[in-house]
Amino acid sequence: MPTGRSEASVARRERTRLLLRSPTFIIGSAVILFWIVCAVLGDHITPYDPRFDQTPEIGAAPSAQHFFGTDRLGRDVFSRVLAGSRDILLIAPLATLLATLIGTTLGLITGYFKGIADNTISRVIDALLAIPLILLAVTVVAALGSRSTWTVIIVIAAVFSPIVARTVRAAVLVEADLDYVEAARLRGERSPYVMFSEVLPNVMPPILVEATIRLGYAIFAVATLSFIGFGLQPPSPDWAVQIADNYQDLAFEWWSVLFPALAIASLVVAVNLVSDSVQQVLER
Amino acid sequence: MGRYIAKRLGLAVITLVLLSMIVFAASQLLPGDLGRSVLGRDASAEAVTEYNHEHGTDRAAVVQYLDWAGGVARGDFGNSLVPPEEPVWSVIRPALANSLKLAVFAFVLVVPFGLLGGVLAGLRAGKAADRGITVVGLSLAVVPEFVTGLVLILVLSIWAGWLPVTAQWEPGSGPLTQVEHLTLPAIALTLVLFGYIARITRAGVVEALDADYTRTAFLKGLPRKTVIRRHVLRNALFPTIAVVATQVGYLLGGLVAIELLFNYRGIGLTTLEAAQLKDYTVLSAGVLVIGFTYVVVTLVADVLSALLNPRIRFGAAE
Repeated sequence: MPTGRSEASVARRERTRLLLRSPTFIIGSAVILFWIVCAVLGDHITPYDPRFDQTPEIGAAPSAQHFFGTDRLGRDVFSRVLAGSRDILLIAPLATLLATLIGTTLGLITGYFKGIADNTISRVIDALLAIPLILLAVTVVAALGSRSTWTVIIVIAAVFSPIVARTVRAAVLVEADLDYVEAARLRGERSPYVMFSEVLPNVMPPILVEATIRLGYAIFAVATLSFIGFGLQPPSPDWAVQIADNYQDLAFEWWSVLFPALAIASLVVAVNLVSDSVQQVLER
Repeated sequence: MGRYIAKRLGLAVITLVLLSMIVFAASQLLPGDLGRSVLGRDASAEAVTEYNHEHGTDRAAVVQYLDWAGGVARGDFGNSLVPPEEPVWSVIRPALANSLKLAVFAFVLVVPFGLLGGVLAGLRAGKAADRGITVVGLSLAVVPEFVTGLVLILVLSIWAGWLPVTAQWEPGSGPLTQVEHLTLPAIALTLVLFGYIARITRAGVVEALDADYTRTAFLKGLPRKTVIRRHVLRNALFPTIAVVATQVGYLLGGLVAIELLFNYRGIGLTTLEAAQLKDYTVLSAGVLVIGFTYVVVTLVADVLSALLNPRIRFGAAE
């Protein structure tokens, strides 16, 4: 179907054009890009070693030498803020990707086959969603006794995949009644083919939107877990770890807490701006 | 209507049973060898075996679950694994009361502001005020509670000196002192919800403004104020209030970080400490109690919105 394809590509180009004209999208992407560059360059652009540098000045206020001051171990806060995006920018997208893959598969299966399997899975998902993500993660991390990065990734992916599955399922339920699905079935196509090659491309927009929303929450979750001591561990210069290290001294060394806090806020808000504009463009 | 409530009640019971299974599996089966986990790597094999026998963790998983769930159903969560091995319920109960106080206060704060923001945005849909409220609300909704909490502490208590830094007060303090200590954590806890409530309210207002009955009311010559109060707000707000209750989950999830930050002995902090100490009985009780609260509140909210929605009330739904 050459005409169908060109129509699709015209629509895609139109959506890209709309996205590039949206100020929220541009601001959001610029901030995300900035943090990605920091994550990639890491130690190469920081003025001091973000992990172990022990400058003689301990708890120094912001100055020309140390733009954001130094923390209670004498580490340069500016360097640590620049280097602090790396871990969270690896973990959160990985967890989101994993959750999207698992959730999409689950959603396709439950939405396409319906029936008992669908009902059972939906009940389990409901029960799982009754436990706040942070508590579930804390429980699993405590039970496994391992605070490795992979545990955090897998726990977040495990909690997010039912949420993705629910969104995908709802979209698939609408599609499954349409003629093209029936036509594919009558042609004698097998279920996996119909699900992945016929239905999946048509439910991509909601999946994409859901993935960008999940990414925001994944960053939220990783940061919160690290803050309460169940995520990333010191001496990682991760922002939430820095905050956990220093917030008891907030009254004396506010700079070692405020700057990483603003960094987290800038990243989550940026991701949210992007997801909001993607949503608006895809759902118009 | 009766059938709808009965069905919803049945589903809630099933969810609760599944919830208890998940909690049990995650907190009591996942650790594997409880004795080894609690006593540590250096303990002798005999001590571990004896510990497991004493705590009944050498039995089959199903037997353990039924025993535990039976106790829970009677309100007996067993004993804490950490000395002085108090009954779990006497650890959980005061913490729950504290959290409830904080959560109710937070809700009382956020609902009026969220509704107000949503109504303002909805009435000015598409204009700058609308964009502003929506973007600020959505942004606040994604910033972790502990981040907003820290900024609030820094600005309002350390720099301005208006409010206390922690949520701890002298025993026997009056309600006013307690409210003073709870204000910051409550604000931090609810900023996340503000955007959500405002968005739902905004959608309701926009829809009601667009409805035929609103146009008719305008065409009848009613003043704008009357139309908005009697037709738009009434139709937009009632369903919103019910939807808002379903967001209690976010509130409960935020308790952990906020109670840690403000050093407030609620269910979140208690559960977190239990996780740190590997006190699995307290941990599972904390998670279960929070999950239970969520399911019950959601159930009440669903039934409430059904009562407010004639289409469900008269049995057309499902």
